[in-house]
Amino acid sequence: MIWDTILFVIFPYIALAIGIVVAIYRSIHRPFSVSSMSSQLLERKKLYWGSISFHYGILAVLLGHLVALLLPEGLMLWNAVPIRLYLLELTGLALGIWALAGLCILLWRRLSEKRVRAVTTPMDLVVLVLLLVSAVTGVLVATLYRFGSFWFTAIFTPYLVSIFTFQPRVSLVAPLPWLIKLHVVNFFLLLAVFPFSRLLHIATYPFTYLFRPWQLVIWNRKPETAGKLSRTGDNKI
Amino acid sequence: MNVRAHMSMLFHLDKCIGCHTCSVACKNLWTDRKGAEYMWWNNVETRPGTGYPTQWESQERFNGGWVYDGKTLRLRLHSKLGGLMKLFYNPSLPEMDDYYEPFTFRYQDLFNAPASNDQPTAIPISMVTGEPINIQRGPNWDDDLGGSNTYAWNDPNMAGVPESVREQMQELERIVFNYMPRICNHCLNPACVAACPSGAIYKRAEDGVVLVNENKCRAWRMCVAACPYKKVYYNWSTGKSEKCLLCFPRLETGQAPACAHSCVGRIRYMGVLLYDADRIPQSAMVPDDQLVEAHRAVILDPSDPEVIAAARKNGIEDSWISAAQNSPAYKFVKVWELALPLHPEYRTMAMMYYIPPLSPVVSVVEEELYKLKISPDSRDFELFDHLDDARLPIQYLANLFSGGNEAVIRGILRKLLAVRTYMRRKSVEGEVDRKTMELLDEAGTNPKEVEAIYRLTTLPNLAERFVIPQYHRETAIESWTDPLARKGEAGFGALQPPQRGE
Repeated sequence: MIWDTILFVIFPYIALAIGIVVAIYRSIHRPFSVSSMSSQLLERKKLYWGSISFHYGILAVLLGHLVALLLPEGLMLWNAVPIRLYLLELTGLALGIWALAGLCILLWRRLSEKRVRAVTTPMDLVVLVLLLVSAVTGVLVATLYRFGSFWFTAIFTPYLVSIFTFQPRVSLVAPLPWLIKLHVVNFFLLLAVFPFSRLLHIATYPFTYLFRPWQLVIWNRKPETAGKLSRTGDNKI
Repeated sequence: MNVRAHMSMLFHLDKCIGCHTCSVACKNLWTDRKGAEYMWWNNVETRPGTGYPTQWESQERFNGGWVYDGKTLRLRLHSKLGGLMKLFYNPSLPEMDDYYEPFTFRYQDLFNAPASNDQPTAIPISMVTGEPINIQRGPNWDDDLGGSNTYAWNDPNMAGVPESVREQMQELERIVFNYMPRICNHCLNPACVAACPSGAIYKRAEDGVVLVNENKCRAWRMCVAACPYKKVYYNWSTGKSEKCLLCFPRLETGQAPACAHSCVGRIRYMGVLLYDADRIPQSAMVPDDQLVEAHRAVILDPSDPEVIAAARKNGIEDSWISAAQNSPAYKFVKVWELALPLHPEYRTMAMMYYIPPLSPVVSVVEEELYKLKISPDSRDFELFDHLDDARLPIQYLANLFSGGNEAVIRGILRKLLAVRTYMRRKSVEGEVDRKTMELLDEAGTNPKEVEAIYRLTTLPNLAERFVIPQYHRETAIESWTDPLARKGEAGFGALQPPQRGE
């Protein structure tokens, strides 16, 4: 069908292109606008329950998707014993519900706290709603279309590989139920929105902190050391 | 020896009258913007009191500064991995109510109100939400209430002050407070820099100013919690951290920072200190009572030929070396040993210095009359031998300025009192008696030094208070681009207004 081609072939490429190109452009040319936009200063109690639940929940779930994409055979081997499959599915569902609960708290916080509402941009709400759709459909898929960790490797691993290798196989996703399709399309929508929103902070997660010295001292004047980060202390502190 | 230069400010607390001109000058210049209204890069606190943000010194709650466990130095806030785990929620971060919700008044109501029997009023509105608020606290809420039970007893530095002294301080005749202006301390071992996961905060090697690169800041806001002085602020509108920049654009054009320049009491001094960067780690790793001594040891003598040679080798210009030789900061901190860093036990090695305040004379009530408590011994007019009777407890000052080491505070106060006594004898009585000369000996000083301290304390002109070297910005530009190309592009950069990100 033409819609399947638009949603699962054309749109993913547009979303990917926007996601990568705009993210790079914004990071280089508008770095001041890139921020996680924390509002903990304005409100902290609801953020504690919402932000930790959402972030850790969604990170674990995303990691699960990634494992299914990168190590499909390992996943199949793990799922060969039924009890392991049940455990994996239950854990995934629990993490999804945890993230969903956190997201609901965050949305409620954003609308109910006066100070937080004052700094809310329309894009903040767009992002929250898209994430909500993603989490709700994800949890529903996990409950209604059981054993996603099983069929994901058969359908989405080859589908995503076909996208990345520029040989899209729309026939893999075309026969799927609309709920799963919505979940997928919503993901690509998020990808397209990502560089225009605060979501860009995901790409700036500071892993480098683990490897840098504690102190940063920058010379501006001396040409021979200019730009080189030297350190006052050493690793002793 | 790894010699670097530092611009350091010095606060003579005896001269501070608590007028807040410094805070207003800073506010007008730097933080009069949306999201920055609550930031007071410079603030003046009444001590003993709770300070701003409220109880910023209680590190059990805010987890600022470094901890030395006898072997290693670590951030009180987090390990590197622990820091990354806490990005989504940082329990040590102060919230807006620890500062205050910025407010203004709806002045247009005064003009637009319909005719009525009542005077129209301008009601307070929040600058965050724009809605009417009931003002609960402000940036300087306990101004001049420093001695009171509500504020003074909640001062974290009152810990360790004996109960008997606390009771004395409550007597009306002995009630006391002093003012303490604070800016960013531009530390040698800054905790904010160490805590920033993005690496957005750095120390400028040329003059030691600690700056936030807002293009790299990602609002992980660890700096706010890690700074033990709570002098990094989070802009809730732009989603970036901001802090005092020591008015570097003014310094680079030969002017003192706005807070110092506008100071009515002329309490502030500004000068270059040369220090040995290699000695920073071990100076932060000594027991609490040795911290002041270790801190002084990092600062080098700018007249020592060896130091001068090493400084030149590190690219420090001669104008900076001669500025260091004339630096009022060097004289007060190192030569006369009168100035101390604020809270050395945080081990960030603060580079702004304070001369501790003397207390007002103590009065007693006798037969329902107030009387100065003066002993017949003339040298005791200033409590030279009875510092424990001073209104401001020595222990309290030691908790503020010397990591609890009372001997350091006693030495400084006795020297300051010796200067006073000597100059009083000289100017009032015309001659200095033997007793006073003995007093000078006991305080470890001599007439020449006393005269110099007196001169720089009471009579300095602008050029003596602020010894600011040439910044040679032209060399900074030359090291990056062709000066002519730079000149050609002036004014055509694409500036972005500081808006909240999409």
